[in-house]
Amino acid sequence: MNLLALDTSTEFLSLALKLGERTFTHYQETGSASSQLVLPQIQVLLDSTNVQLKDLDGIAFGAGPGAFTGVRIASGVAQGLGFGANLPVVGINTLTAVAEASGQDKVIVCLDARMGEIYHAVLVKQNGIWLEISETKVCKPQDAPTLEGGDWFGAGSGWAAYSDVLTQVYTDNLSQILPNILQGITPTAEAILRLAQPVFAAGQAKPAMEAMPIYIRNRVALTTLEREQGLRL
Amino acid sequence: MLVLGFESSCDETGVALYDTQHGLLAHALHSQVAMHAEFGGVVPELASRDHIRRALPLTEIALKQANKTLADIDGIAYTQGPGLAGALLVGTSIAQSLAFALNVPSVGVHHLEGHLLAPLLEENPPQFPFVALLVSGGHSQLMRIDGIGQYQLLGDTLDDAAGEAFDKTAKLLGLSYPGGPELAKLADKGSAKFKLPRPMLNSGDLNFSFSGLKTAVLTLANNNQPLTDAIKADIAWEFQEAVTEILTTKCMNALRETGLDNLVVSGGVGANARLREKLNAATKRKLCKVSYPRLEFCTDNGAMIAFAGAMRLEAMRLEQLKSGKPQQNYSVSVKPRWDLAELQMP
Repeated sequence: MNLLALDTSTEFLSLALKLGERTFTHYQETGSASSQLVLPQIQVLLDSTNVQLKDLDGIAFGAGPGAFTGVRIASGVAQGLGFGANLPVVGINTLTAVAEASGQDKVIVCLDARMGEIYHAVLVKQNGIWLEISETKVCKPQDAPTLEGGDWFGAGSGWAAYSDVLTQVYTDNLSQILPNILQGITPTAEAILRLAQPVFAAGQAKPAMEAMPIYIRNRVALTTLEREQGLRL
Repeated sequence: MLVLGFESSCDETGVALYDTQHGLLAHALHSQVAMHAEFGGVVPELASRDHIRRALPLTEIALKQANKTLADIDGIAYTQGPGLAGALLVGTSIAQSLAFALNVPSVGVHHLEGHLLAPLLEENPPQFPFVALLVSGGHSQLMRIDGIGQYQLLGDTLDDAAGEAFDKTAKLLGLSYPGGPELAKLADKGSAKFKLPRPMLNSGDLNFSFSGLKTAVLTLANNNQPLTDAIKADIAWEFQEAVTEILTTKCMNALRETGLDNLVVSGGVGANARLREKLNAATKRKLCKVSYPRLEFCTDNGAMIAFAGAMRLEAMRLEQLKSGKPQQNYSVSVKPRWDLAELQMP
């Protein structure tokens, strides 16, 4: 199976191209320039492996949660490429991708969600499949759901942004916080690719126009009525 | 050349197919006005979230309408700016990725160029050169247009845009969002009872100022409490008279100063019936011609982007045939602030 995976939800641009058993990757710190680089770098990746879009079987993308604009660009690119080349798509939760990228089986994923909050999920890998022990949510770091037992690994950008608070919340649970960027802080396209492959294989991929972001944070504005009532976001 | 156009700069998702030989083949639109209404204005993040849900379903509708497939598309145009950054990025990322996948050229279109050229989509289109009045919620500009990409600014608003003045005045009178069209409806029920100023009517240049008018309405409203429906209608009537008189006078001045006899009106306020009535009468008196886009193309739409893009893509293709150098750039980059004066001939 030949698949392309991409993630633009962080300040890194991450691409992975799987051709049969071989996987080619591109990983680059882009700041906010991922949008400008994503298509040219996909071109480079395809050219360097002498492959065209029509040779692929599908496109996987980091659907979020993450930077709103970033996850929309990944979705938009998956939509455009998939629609144009008639390829199905699979969107992968970025928190699951971080857990997969960590190389561990028991992971507390915290991504920096800005505005003093984190995107949070607790994931366990059983028989090669990730189960959400605590589902993906957005919360203040001090309100992160508590856990039973030890041997948990902490992964994701939230651990760097709120290390004191999170270390305290999970003081009885943590085995280690994974510091290395490639080992868990970001949802790499390689991890997205590994997670998406069984979905493609099972025939559960979606038509390109259904490539949609996962936002989690859905309260983004106040209605006129709410403002008049003095409510705040 | 068949061009697919995407518009997503604010609160409308538009997709259209324009053929350089056969004209406009299809256009599909989704307006978010109802979604933003309870927020009292456009919420940029919600606008972006809606665009990404609508763009491809609208594309399918347009293709079906035109009885075309993706394989028939020769080029893709998208609004690159100005507008809301996040909203622009949705249309741009989808358009550029689609162009990449189809291996066809693409072009980023200036939203206002789309509006300026929209009247050219009609039968018996105006010929260059002409004077253009662009009046919307974001703009009030007079321009001299000598051809695609040859735009000379003649006059601009110094504060609020005309459409903005309509919306703000509507809000003062307690009308629901977006108030401009509501205000025009209310004005139909009013008559000449009050007098509002005509700011800068005789300023000697082609600039506008509408914020003072809004303040004058506020004073008028405060002096006529309680505001009955009848009083509101009379204020709306006079407000509309003031704005349309200023716009009409400045248009006629622009025609006189440029020596041109051709006026083209575009933008949302260009749909205002009273404005059209006055412009029709004034241009007729001076033996000038006035053109408007059809009402649905006064507001944001994909057709004007497909059209402006087709003009530029065609020119690029000819240039490329001469130079032999393909110049395609599939980077996803937007220009939320983009001065029309920076545009060049294709």
